[in-house]
Formats: sequence, C-alpha cells, structure tokens
Amino acid sequence: MPTVGIKRDFLFKALGKTYTDEEFEELCFEFGLELDEVTSEKEIISREQGDSKAADASDVILYKIDVPANRYDLLCLEGLVRGLQVFKNKLEAPRYRRLSPDSGEPQRLIITKETAAVRPHAVAAVLRNITFTQERYDSFIELQEKLHQNICRKRSLVAIGTHDLDTICGPFTYTAKAPGDISFRPLNQTKEFTATQLMSLYKTDSHLRHYLPIIEDKPVYPVIYDSNGVVLSMPPIINGDHSRISLQTKNIFIECTATDLTKAKIVLDIIVTMFSEYCAKPFTVEQAEVVYPDGQIFTYPELTYRKEKLSGEFINRKVGISESAEQICQLLTRMCLLSHPLGEEIEVEIPPTRPDIIHACDIMEDAAIAYGFNNVPRTTPRTYTVANQFPLNKLTELLRHDMAAAGFTEALNFALCSQEDIAEKLGKKISDVKAVHISNPKTADFQVRPGNTAIRCA
Amino acid sequence: MADTGVVETLLQRIEKVDGGVDSLEVAASLGVDHQVIVGAVKSLQALGDIISAELRSSKHWELTEEGSEIAEQGSHEARVFSSIPLEGLLQAELMKLSFGKIGFSKAMSNKWIRLDKSHEGGPRIFRTVESIKDQVRERLLLVKQGNAAQLDEKEKNELKKRKLLAEVTVKSYWITKGNSFSTTVTKQETDLTPEMITTGSWKEKKFKQYNFEAMGVAPDCGHLHPLMKVRTQFRQIFLEMGFCEMPTNNYVESSFWNFDSLFQPQQHPARDQHDTFFLSDPPLTRGFPPEYLERVKKVHSEGGYGSQGYNYDWKIEEAQKNILRTHTTAVSARMLYKLAQQKFTPVKYFSIDRVFRNETLDATHLAEFNQIEGVVADYGLTLGDLMGVLHQFFTKLGLKKWVEVGNSGVFRPEMLLPMGLPEDVSVIAWGLSLERPTMIKYGINNIRELVGHKVNLQMVYDSPICRLDS
Repeated sequence: MPTVGIKRDFLFKALGKTYTDEEFEELCFEFGLELDEVTSEKEIISREQGDSKAADASDVILYKIDVPANRYDLLCLEGLVRGLQVFKNKLEAPRYRRLSPDSGEPQRLIITKETAAVRPHAVAAVLRNITFTQERYDSFIELQEKLHQNICRKRSLVAIGTHDLDTICGPFTYTAKAPGDISFRPLNQTKEFTATQLMSLYKTDSHLRHYLPIIEDKPVYPVIYDSNGVVLSMPPIINGDHSRISLQTKNIFIECTATDLTKAKIVLDIIVTMFSEYCAKPFTVEQAEVVYPDGQIFTYPELTYRKEKLSGEFINRKVGISESAEQICQLLTRMCLLSHPLGEEIEVEIPPTRPDIIHACDIMEDAAIAYGFNNVPRTTPRTYTVANQFPLNKLTELLRHDMAAAGFTEALNFALCSQEDIAEKLGKKISDVKAVHISNPKTADFQVRPGNTAIRCA
Repeated sequence: MADTGVVETLLQRIEKVDGGVDSLEVAASLGVDHQVIVGAVKSLQALGDIISAELRSSKHWELTEEGSEIAEQGSHEARVFSSIPLEGLLQAELMKLSFGKIGFSKAMSNKWIRLDKSHEGGPRIFRTVESIKDQVRERLLLVKQGNAAQLDEKEKNELKKRKLLAEVTVKSYWITKGNSFSTTVTKQETDLTPEMITTGSWKEKKFKQYNFEAMGVAPDCGHLHPLMKVRTQFRQIFLEMGFCEMPTNNYVESSFWNFDSLFQPQQHPARDQHDTFFLSDPPLTRGFPPEYLERVKKVHSEGGYGSQGYNYDWKIEEAQKNILRTHTTAVSARMLYKLAQQKFTPVKYFSIDRVFRNETLDATHLAEFNQIEGVVADYGLTLGDLMGVLHQFFTKLGLKKWVEVGNSGVFRPEMLLPMGLPEDVSVIAWGLSLERPTMIKYGINNIRELVGHKVNLQMVYDSPICRLDS
C-alpha cells in the first residue's frame, strides 16, 4: 500500500473543515483509506537519524495516509481532497477537457526509429497558464515521484519529464543516441556532461543510481531535444537544467516515455487531471501530438470517459442490499463515477482518473463503499456443507498427539536451509541429494528445500 | 538433615552466650564453610522454635579474579616497568606481552616510562625512574588480608573502577535462642511404618511436618508446539463450520497457478525477485490445461468476460516459472478449477499451511510462515455473506479485533469465468497468518522465538493449552 504524506493544515484548508485525528481517521476508513500515522518531519528525522539532525526540521503536522495500490488518483493532496469532497457531496466531480491551443498548432513530439531498441513509446501534453505556489509545486514533484515508484515500476515502464515550455521550442524530437554523442547540462549541475560521464557521476547518487541499469548496457540511450538542439531530458535518468520548472513557470510541457504505452497514457492522464486544477481555465489540458516513426500521429492526453452499462439489480445482488436505481446512481456519483438511470439499467461514466475500474465488479465495490460496508446487513451463506479432513492431515493430527503422549517434544523447523546443511554437513555431495534449489535467496540460510516432508523430531 | 555434629556444636555455642551468635563468626571459628552453618540453621528452623535466626547482610570488599592475579603477580604497569631493560624495549615487543597494552598506558600516565617514537629501529620504551612502588598491588594485598578498612573510599573506588575490587554483600544469620530451645535435637520421623502402629510407638514419636509449599518433581512428558496447538484449534473451527480441508502438501508451485490464474498481472511487484522465491531447480512447469491457459492469456492481455483486461503482452515463459508458493490461494485456485470441470456444487474449503515470501526479515517476519485461508463458493453470494462468515469465524476465535489482522475479499470474474464456473457463482475468501495470533496469545514478541531451530525448547515445554475463545 503506497503511503502519501500530506500536511494536515493544508488538507483541512482545502477540505474547508477541521477534523480531529479520530474524525479524520474515521473518514479515511469510510472512504477505503487508512490513516497510518500522525507525525511531523522533525519526528521522522529524529527517529531515523537522531535528535541532533532533526533540530532544524519542520514541526508541521503530517498525515501519513495509506492508499490502495491501484488508486493513482489519490496519490496527491489534490486528488485526495477532490475524492473526499465528492464523497461527502460537497463538490461535483470536475469534468476534464482536452482543448486545442488558443493559437497556432499543438506541440509535437516526433519519435525516431532509434528509440525502438530501448524505449519505443511516448505521450505528451501541455498545461497552460498554470499558477504554482510552493505547496503546489512540491505536490507536483511528489506526485511524479509516487507514480514513478508505483505504476511506472521504478521508471522502468514509464518515465515522466516535466518542462517549462517557455524555455524551449517545439517541435520536439525523441530519439536515441550512443552515450558518447549525448551532451547536456543536467538538472542541478553547472556544467555539461556526456551521457557516459553521467552514468559514472550518478553511480554514487543515492536516488538516481537505482535507475541507471535500465539503460546502462544499451547501445543507445533515449534523449529528447527541442528544435534548437536543447536537451529536455535523458529518460529515465534525468532532465536537463535548461527547461527546469520553477515557481514562476506558467506553461508546462509534459512528456512520458515508456516501454508500456497503456501505462504511459494512464500516467499522463493522472498528472494532467490532478494539476489542471491550477490552470487559468481549470481542468482543461492543451493537446499535444506524438508522431511515430511510421508516420502515425496520436493526440494526447486521451482523457477518455468510458461508459459502462449495468443493472441496479446486479449491484444489489452482489452487495446484498436493495437500493433503487436512482439511489445507486447517487452512490456511484459520490465515488466520482457519474451515473444516471438509462431505461432498465444504469449508465456509469468512468473518468480518466479511475483506470482502476476495469470490470463492473469494481463499480459494484465502489457502490458498496459509498453505501458503507458497516451498513450492509450481515448474512450467512445458505448452503449446508459437510466438512472433511484431508486424510494426510487427519493422520498427522492423530500421530502427533500420540507421539507427545509417548514423551516426544514437537519441534518446528524451517523448510528452507543452506546447501551445507543437507550436503557437506552430512558428508554427501549436493548433486546426490534430492532437493529443490532456490535461485534468488537473500541469505545463504535459504538455499534449498530438502525433498522429504517436514520432519517432526524428538 | 545437616551434619548432626555441626548442629549440636552450634546449639552448644548458642547456649553459652547471653545474646546470640553470628553465623559467619561461627563458621570461621569452626573452620567450616559458611554454607555448612547456613544448612544447620535451616535444619533447626524446620524443627520448630528451637532457634530464632535473623537474616543480616553486610558488605565487604573482595578481590576480583583479575585483582587476585595482580595481588600475586603485580600490576600490569609494574610488570611493564620491570620488563624494560636498561637499553629500553621496542614498543612492538612490549605489546606482545599479555600485560603490555593495559600496563603501557598506565605506566605512561604514572610517568614511569617514556616513549621515543623516532628511535632508530622503531619506537622504543625507556624507564624514566630507577624504581617504582607498586601501590596497586600493595592495596590489593591489604584487602586480601582482610584489612580493607585501611584504604580510604577514594582508593577503593578507583580499584573498583579498574575491576580489581568488588563490593560483595554477604548474608549472615544472627542466631539466638528460640522459645523451645534445647541442646538436644530429637530426630524427627519421616515415615509412619506398620511396626510403629502395631507397637503403638508412634504415640511417642515426633513426626516431621509436611511441607505443602515444596515443589514436586515434574513428571517426564512429551510436548506439542504452541504454533501447532493453535493450528489444531483453527482446524477445529473450520471443521465445525462445515469447511473441507484442501490438499496443500506441495510447497513448490508454478507462477501460473500462484499468480496468473488469480488475475495478478505479470509485471506486478509481488512477482518480483525481491518478494518471491524462484527456483533454479526444477525451474519450470510445462503442463497446464491448454484451453484454460489460452483463456487466462486472453483475459490478461485483451480482456473479456466484461473486463478491460490489463493490456499487456502476456508471456508463457513467466507463467512457467516455478516458485515457492507465496500464498495457499494457489491451491484454492486449483480446487476451484477442478470444481468447474464437473457439475458445480457449492463448497466451503479451508487450508492452513506454509507459504514463502522473499521479503525483508525483522522481528515479526520470516521467509516462511503459515497462512490460514477460508473459501466459500456458492450461487448468489453477497458482500453481506462475506461479512457474515467473517463475523462467525472471528466470533468463534473469541476476539473481535483480529479482523484487522486478516485480509478478505471476493474473487474477480476475470479469475472465475475463464475457469468455467457459472456466471452467477460468487466466491468469497479470507485469510490471516497463523503466527500472528499465536504470538499474541502466547505473549511472544520475536517470531524467531516461536518458529525455527533456534527456539528455546523450554518455551515449548512451558506453553499452556490453546483456548482461543477465552
């Protein structure tokens, strides 16, 4: 379960209400979240590194909230607040729209064929006339990090790059080049480096070194240029310093490069839906085009609103309640799944913020959450079944009692042991011993599983 | 009964004095170990009011083992001094001696020696004075001879700090005459024999009192492991609720049954090298029901059965990989598939068996543990039914708060429909670990004290019966 750290006072301000810790914990629980911890930056540093290091840290109260792993829309304050407000009927879920640019052509990202060998896909979008405050900026960066860790599988499937559009000039080219041929000034550095140099530079960087293996051994590395040859980024490692985002940035160009296109689209949709709130035209996103080597052009972000039809009876039947179609529609709408009755059925609209809904049963689950699990009457499965013991276990139970009665003590050993335990220490060769071998043990203690079943010893 | 000679001598001593005697003094004057006198006192106390013994404690100073060694051979620093000849000694040579390291720094601080770091041939130590007085040894000898009082507090504490002296509390008895004091001790009888009864001699005998406070001899017996005792209770609960036990006697499983058939995508973090034990031998399984395999592949990569699917390239090579099962749900999947191949009947299944996770180990997590799992498959099951079953199950356990310890849910259609189960059949399931409730019940904090070969067997001997509902 991913954990999101949210500043309590900002959260309450955005919610327009102050809660006690208990009340907020209760609200989280109702919504399907868990308030894991109430702490502060100071407390965290104190616990991990000692009081002296924590002296200057912030005292501001942080809520650590556990969020289901597939709810990418709840990974930042903006999404959490929006979800909770709609859940409490304080807000209607916003409608996210993709617009064409006010003037001129959409930004273009051209993919060349060299990327096919290393990172073939890309998506892009623009956030126009956005206003950042320090909090919003921090949240923006943090969401990217959370997505990287989560759906992007540590940047291996998708890597996100965000750039100040006013510092660069489209059309942009996404290509791949030999490491020696890539040279730019990366984020937070004062001079230029080649990609080869960066690989060694970042080997000691506690954060970035984990991502180096994704491209390290490839003949070419991915790189994005603008029309003037300025490097936007070398995904998945680092962005260029030139296009870095600051509090003053008004227009953002977002690009996601990927090995999994489906996930890249989801990631892009999440980022833009969450932060378009701060654009001059709220909840609007300016489209961008991505051109593939074969000439196909795709427009992003997709921001698809998918429609699904189901019957109210299906929901009632699966949950164990009996609500009318209208009531069910209200429940679902509170979960950001806008619904209305359509003939005998219910039509549900699944917004781009809910890629976790892949089957009607996910919709049913949301209906149950909105109804309140504790409000669902508890019933018992009606079918009468006759129990049976697994014969081997039945015999085991009989034997162990009588062995204890005979004076033996039951011992419980590990199934896993080291190779020496079953070979050398018994004077045998490992190749002669019948055992199952593990390929990725964390320690030498768990290398093999001997061929006989668990022994109870005296 | 303690040595009668000592007992009688003691009684005689007490008779002679007006007040009382100190057990330590008596021991010293008789030339016996203090414990012998203590034994005599205890024996007399068991006989009634013959003596009255008051426990006293006094402190005195004693030499530690190291202190005794120094009293005999001299302090480390003195020995260092005496081992340095006129022409000096190489520091490296000195360090080889047992008293070298400690003695060196002390001798330096006493200014008995000096170190010439730049001497030819290496750093060399020389004497700075002609002779020294080994004060430490002298002080220790004083204490050894019983004259600790001659040293002042500061000197004693200094030696205590160097662990050469220790303050020892000595318990002794102040023995005085009791109400029924007498110098003769009649032996008490411990057995009532048939002869005593027939002759009537028992009327004149004094019998030793029963000591109901004494611990009896523990009988030799066997013991069952507490984790297994809890397991037995959980099995009982399931059987009482009409659940059938699943055959879980296979630790090795294929990724297909452990993950893919349960609709867990192939890029899911749980299938990582970091969380799962993969096998190098035997590495792969190949025999899967072919049509079922195709349906699983399709639902992952394209969707179907009302699902969007995950939209990725599903690879058979991933599914073939053998692992040590990460949950017993793999067995539940096999059972449900088997059920779907015949005419479906509602079932309730359970299992309690070992699973393996390649995760970070800490006080409450091991690489292997036992998972408890319950499954109900029936037409038209609801979330209300799931909550009802959970409630019944946990009520039988007797603790409502354990619901937070487990996980529960409804199996997805993407898992059930490819198996061929009828559309209106729902399957609910829940599980928890066996170790957690056991550790709570038996008050054990570290899982390594409960499971594995490093466990203290005394814990197994001492563990009480498992009563879950109280």
